[in-house]
Amino acid sequence: MSKTSYCAYLTGFISPEVKDTCSSSVECRSPPLIQFSQSSVPLHRNYILSTFCTEHNVQECLSHINQEVSSLGLPPVWTESSGSSEMNVMAVLNCMYDLIQLHHRGLRTLENMEVEQLKSSSNVDHLQRTSTQLKEQLELSKRGNTGLLERERQLHLKVKSLQNCLKNEKDEVQKLQNIIASRASQYNHEMKRKEREFTKLKERLNQLLVDKKEKKQAIDVLNNIGRADGKRSLWKTQKTEAKHEGEMYKTLLSDYDTRQREMLLENAELKKVLQQIKKEMVSILSLRKPIRKDDKHPDAGIQADSEDEEQVFDSSKESVGLFSVHAREKLTNSIRLQWRRLKSHVERLDSQASLAQMGENKTDDAISRETHEEEMDRLKLEIQPCKDFIQTQQQLLQQQLSSPCDEETTSLLSNCYMLQERERFREEWKTLEKQRNLFERERRNCTEAAIRLSHERKAFEDDRAVWLKHQFLNLSPFADLRKPQMSKSKSCFLISETESSASSAPEKLIKCRSDTTSPTPRCVPLTSASTADMHRTVCLVPEKRYVVFICTNHDMPVTNAALVVCYELFMLIFYFQINQTKWKD
Amino acid sequence: MNFSEVFKQSNQLCKVSPDGKYLATCVQYRLVVRDVSTLQILQLYTCLDQISHMDWSSDSLFILCAMYKRGLVQVWSLEQPDWHCKIDEGSIGLVSSRWSPDGRHILNTTEFHLRVTVWSLCTKAVSYIKYPKACQKGIDFSRDGCYMALAERRDCKDYVSVFVCDDWHLLRHFETETQDLAGLEWSPNGCVLAVWDSCLEYKVLLYSLDGRLLSAYSAYEWSLGVKSVTWSPNSQFLAIGSYDEKVRILNHITWKKITQFEHPSSINNTKAVVYKEVEKRTAVGSDDLSLHITIGTALYNTRSKYEICPSPVQIPVVKPDPDRANPKIGVSSLAFSSDSRYLATKNDNMASVVWVWDMQKMSLVAVLEQTSAVRCFQWDPCRPRLALCTGNTTLYLWSPAGCVSVQVPTEGGFQVQSLNWHRSGDSLMLLGKEQLCLCYMDTDQEDKSLGCSFCLPS
Repeated sequence: MSKTSYCAYLTGFISPEVKDTCSSSVECRSPPLIQFSQSSVPLHRNYILSTFCTEHNVQECLSHINQEVSSLGLPPVWTESSGSSEMNVMAVLNCMYDLIQLHHRGLRTLENMEVEQLKSSSNVDHLQRTSTQLKEQLELSKRGNTGLLERERQLHLKVKSLQNCLKNEKDEVQKLQNIIASRASQYNHEMKRKEREFTKLKERLNQLLVDKKEKKQAIDVLNNIGRADGKRSLWKTQKTEAKHEGEMYKTLLSDYDTRQREMLLENAELKKVLQQIKKEMVSILSLRKPIRKDDKHPDAGIQADSEDEEQVFDSSKESVGLFSVHAREKLTNSIRLQWRRLKSHVERLDSQASLAQMGENKTDDAISRETHEEEMDRLKLEIQPCKDFIQTQQQLLQQQLSSPCDEETTSLLSNCYMLQERERFREEWKTLEKQRNLFERERRNCTEAAIRLSHERKAFEDDRAVWLKHQFLNLSPFADLRKPQMSKSKSCFLISETESSASSAPEKLIKCRSDTTSPTPRCVPLTSASTADMHRTVCLVPEKRYVVFICTNHDMPVTNAALVVCYELFMLIFYFQINQTKWKD
Repeated sequence: MNFSEVFKQSNQLCKVSPDGKYLATCVQYRLVVRDVSTLQILQLYTCLDQISHMDWSSDSLFILCAMYKRGLVQVWSLEQPDWHCKIDEGSIGLVSSRWSPDGRHILNTTEFHLRVTVWSLCTKAVSYIKYPKACQKGIDFSRDGCYMALAERRDCKDYVSVFVCDDWHLLRHFETETQDLAGLEWSPNGCVLAVWDSCLEYKVLLYSLDGRLLSAYSAYEWSLGVKSVTWSPNSQFLAIGSYDEKVRILNHITWKKITQFEHPSSINNTKAVVYKEVEKRTAVGSDDLSLHITIGTALYNTRSKYEICPSPVQIPVVKPDPDRANPKIGVSSLAFSSDSRYLATKNDNMASVVWVWDMQKMSLVAVLEQTSAVRCFQWDPCRPRLALCTGNTTLYLWSPAGCVSVQVPTEGGFQVQSLNWHRSGDSLMLLGKEQLCLCYMDTDQEDKSLGCSFCLPS
C-alpha cells in the first residue's frame, strides 16, 4: 500500500463520520489514543461480545460492511449486481486478508508511534528537567549577582567612608603640622630668649670670676721655652696681618694650582683617548667606504667633511689641537660625526644580522642546525687532509726548487705536463666524436623517416585518387562504407610500420592504448636514460579516432627534418579523421 | 704576630709620641714614658692629682697632663725632666685642654664654655677667645697646623672664626647658615672647612679658607640628620653618615653627591664578602679546616674565627627606642683608609657589624659581622688594613686579602676596649680596661703559628 492510501485509512478510522456509522461499536467512541494503546484487548473482547451480526440483519450488515470496505478503498465483498445473496467467499476472504493486513500495519505503526511517543515523552521529561535545572541555576546566579551588587554597594560605602577618613586624617595632619610649626616657632623664640639669658649669665660669671682675687688663673713655668721654629714671636702689626692674608691666599692659590694641573693632566689624557678613538673610528669607517660607495649621498658628504678634518688633525698638529679652543671643538664635532656614522653602521649591521637570523630560522625548518653542524664538521675533517696534501705538495715543490734542478728535469716535468694535457684533449676529442656520431645517426633516421613519409604520402595520394575515382564512379552508399574501412586498416598498418622502423633508432616510440573515451589527447611522458633528444608518444584510440601526440624533450633542439616528419604525420592522421567523420555522416 | 707583656694604665690614657719613639701611659697620677722599641721606662713624672687627659706636643718634646676636676694642667718636658709647668685655671674650671699645633701653646676650654684660654709656654702670655660654642666638635686645626677654626655662638647665631695659629691672629670671622652648628672639620689639604648642623636638620656647608661659602648640601628634611662627617685623606671625598642609616659621598669639585651607601639588614650583594665571626668552644678541631692552634694554657677555650657566609645574609638589627633622645640608629663612625681606597662604616642599630666600601668601585667590599658590638675600628696608617675590637680578648684584622681574628695571648683576660695604630703601621696598641699591650705585626706575611684563624675570600 502506498503512503497516501495508508493515510486515508487512518483518517477514515478516526473521522467522526465513521464513528457515526458504527455507533454500536464500543471502541469507536473511546478516544483513539487509548484505543491504540489497548488495541489487542478490545479486539479480543469484540470477538466474544460481537452482536453486530445476527441472523436478521445479515443483509444490512453485509451492505454496511460493503460500504465500510469500499470506504477503505478495498474491493467490495459482495455485489448486488451478482444477484445472489451468497457472498463471494473469495472476495470476503481477500477482504479479510486485506483488513488483517491493514490491521497489522496499523498495529505496527501504532507500536512505532508508541515508541516514538515514549521517546518524545522521555525527551520532554529530560528537557523539562534540564529547564528546571537551568532555572535553578539562573535563580542561583541571580541571587549571587544581587549578593555581589550588595557587596559592591557596601564596598562603595566603605570606600566613601575611608575617603572621608583620609580627608579627615589629612586635615588632622595639616592641623598637626600647623601646630608643630607654631610650637617650633614658639620653641625657637623661647630658646633664643633662654640663650640670651644664658649668655648674660655667662658674662656675669666671667666678670665675677675675673674679679675674684683669691684664686686667680696662673701659669707657673720653670723657664720659658723657645718657639718650635726657633724664631721670636712678632708684634702684631698691619704688616703681619697682610702677611697672613697673603699666606692664606697663597695656600688657596697653590691648592687651585694643583687642582688645575691635575685637571689639565686629566684633560690631556682624555684628549689623547679621544684622538685615538677618532683615529680608530676613521680607520674602521674607511675600511667600509669602498663597499658602501653606492650608498646615500649625505653619507658621502659627511665622509668629505671627515676627510677635511683628518687633514686638520694630523699628528703634527696634535699639540695645537690640545690647546686651541677651535681645534678642540672641531675634534669633538668630528668625533660626534664619526660616532653617529659608526652607530648607524652598527645599527644597519645589526638589522642585517637580525634579518639573516630570521632567514636562518626559516631554513631551520627544512634543515636543522645539527645537520648543518655535522656538515661543517665533516667538511672541516675533509679540509684537514686537503690541507695536509697541499702542505706536502708545497714542501715537495720547495724541495724541488731548493734542490739544484737541471734542464733535463724541467723539460721532463714540462713533458709530463704536456702529456697530461694531451691525454685530457684526447678524451675530450673522443666525447665530441661520440656526440657527432650520435647526431649523424639521428639525422639519418630523420631522413629515413622523411623518405618513408613521402612514400606514405604517395600511397595516400594514390589511395585518395582511387577513392575519388570510386566516389565518382560508384554512387551507392553501401559500397562507400567498405572503402574507408580498408583505408583505415591500411593507415594503421602504415603507422605500425613506422613504429617498427623507429624503434630501431635510439629514439623511443611508445604506443599507448588509451582506455578512456575522452577526446582529449593524453600524453604519457617518458624519460629515457639514453642521450636521445626526442621521445614520442603515440596514443592510439582504436574505437573512435587516432590521436598521435608528439612529446619532445625540451632540452634538446628538434631537428628540422624530424619536425617536418612529425608535422606531416600529424597532418596525415588529421586527414584520416576528417575522412572518417565524413563517412560516418 | 707578637704581643708584648701587659702594662698598667688608667683611663685609657696611653699615647705614642707623634715621632713614634715614645709611649706615654698614665697610671693614676703618674705619667710613665717608655721607649717603644724596648719598652724600657725612660721617664716617670708625678702629677698633682689623677690625670684625666694626656697629650703629646707635636714635636714629641712635651707632654700635657690635665686634671679637669682640679682645673689644673701640668706640662712635662722629655728633654729636661726637671722642667715643669703648671697652669691653674682657678675657679673658672676646665673641661678641655689641648696643644696648639706648634706645641708651644695650650688651649684650655673653661667650664660652661665661657671662653678658651690660650697659654703660651714661650712668653707665659695668656689670651682669651670668647663665645666658643659647646658642641660635638667646636675646634679644629688644619692638618699643616697653620689655621684653627673655632665655632662660636653670638646673639643666637653661629659663627666660625679662623685663626692663624702662629700668632692667634683672627683671619676670618663669618656667620654660618646653620640653625645649630654641631661641628666643623678642615679638609686634609686645609683649604675647605666642612661645617654641619645639629641632628635636627640635615645640612652640610662647605666654606673656603677665606670664608666663602662653596656649597651647601642637604639630603632630606624634617627627620634627624647628620651623625658623622669625615674627609678622605686625599680631600677628594666627604663622607656624611646620617640617622637614615646611609652614608653619602660628596665630591670635591662640584660638592654634589656621588653616591650613597646603604646599610640594609639583608645583604644580597653577591660581590661583597660577608665574614661572620663564629665562636667555638671546642678544643683543637679535628675536622676544622681553619687553623686553630692552641697556645699556652687552654684558659680561653672559646676560639673565634671568621666564616664566609653566602648571600643573602640577614644582619641582626636592634630597633631603637623612638621615645628616647639620641636614638641608637644611623651611621656614627666613618673612617677612610690611608690611601682613600676604602671606607669603613658602622651603623649604630647594627652595632656588631662593620661595613667596608670600595671607593673606586663605589660598592660594598666586605661586611664583618661580629658576635658582639664593635667598640673601635681604625685603619693602618700605611696599608689598607683595618683593625677592630669588640671588647673581648680577640683582635680582628681585615685587609682586601682576607680576615683574621687573633686571640690576645695574655693571662687574666685582657679585654680589648680600644686600639691605636703606631704611625709606622708595624705595631698596634691595644687598650684594655686597666691594661695595655702592644701587638707587633709581622712585616712580611701574617704569622699562622699564633692563635689566628684566617679567612680568605673565595
